Amino acid sequence: MRKIIILLSLALISLGAFAQHDHSKMTTKKKVQPSVKVEHSKSASAIIDNYLALKDALVKDDSKNAASLGKKLFDDFAKFDLSVQAKQQQNELAEIIEDASEHAKHISENSKDIGHQREHFEILSKDVKDMVIITGSDRTLYQAFCPMYNNNKGGAWLSTSKEIRNPYFGSKMLKCGSVQQEISVK
Amino acid sequence: MKRLKIIGLVLLVVLVGLQFFPIGTNHSTTIPSTDFVKTYKAPEDIAQTLQSSCYNCHSNNTEYPWYSKVQPVGWLLEDHINKGKEVLNLSEFGSYSSRRQQSKLMSMISQIEDDKMPLASYTFIHRDARLSKEKKKTLLDYLRTLKD
Repeated sequence: MRKIIILLSLALISLGAFAQHDHSKMTTKKKVQPSVKVEHSKSASAIIDNYLALKDALVKDDSKNAASLGKKLFDDFAKFDLSVQAKQQQNELAEIIEDASEHAKHISENSKDIGHQREHFEILSKDVKDMVIITGSDRTLYQAFCPMYNNNKGGAWLSTSKEIRNPYFGSKMLKCGSVQQEISVK
Repeated sequence: MKRLKIIGLVLLVVLVGLQFFPIGTNHSTTIPSTDFVKTYKAPEDIAQTLQSSCYNCHSNNTEYPWYSKVQPVGWLLEDHINKGKEVLNLSEFGSYSSRRQQSKLMSMISQIEDDKMPLASYTFIHRDARLSKEKKKTLLDYLRTLKD
């Protein structure tokens, strides 16, 4: 009887340890981040619109449409009015825009290489997120994360919906990923 | 037969004529402080790999092969160099914003990982520019350490 109790408790402990281990692994993989609140603003609306349309094109594996949206986005960045933004943020915004327009341009030039478009989309997503946090947004955005993209290094993107539609894998793995962070409007 | 001779002659004249339009040279005598290797104080072996596999098209200093003097081959080279420098100029890397440096590093890593760079058409001629398995791994490992 004692033996059984010892064995049982050992089993329980190891199970607990296993569960804990698994849990910690999950959180690092999911990388859930605290939600952020941004100012209400329409200054980046055109950029958000075309970024989201680009994301949808990649979800649909439509590299041709993605390329033309890349061009639109490139023009939106060029048209963005820095002067109305807070002075102390203008430098950083200018750097974000410089980087982001380059990615938009590459996406527009690679209508036959969706893999390459997706590579640039990943960095572009970070730029757009950092930008929106500074400029504010006119809608709630969710940052979703797919841990499998780029040889399991993972990749994030922005969406207006909590429902996962994966722009990195498209039809191959449409629902891979989870919401990581909410960016809501004050 | 006469016709063939004329065509041949015209072609020859055109080809000779082309040689009067040499390419501009992408050369600089000094290594700027914004150079990639200087910016990150890259170790010697990395510097060498970059030099032989990347710098010819991605810096302000190209070591031209003899056939760059033969047109239209030289024009083709020039076009490659201009495009290469536009997307990544390792001579000016340090002048990029840190955001741009990071995103260039990411692109460099994925291009090398996928064997898209160095270009196959380039390594076909420049055997020394090919990245062996070990060289590729060393370079990628190093580039990854620069990413935050």
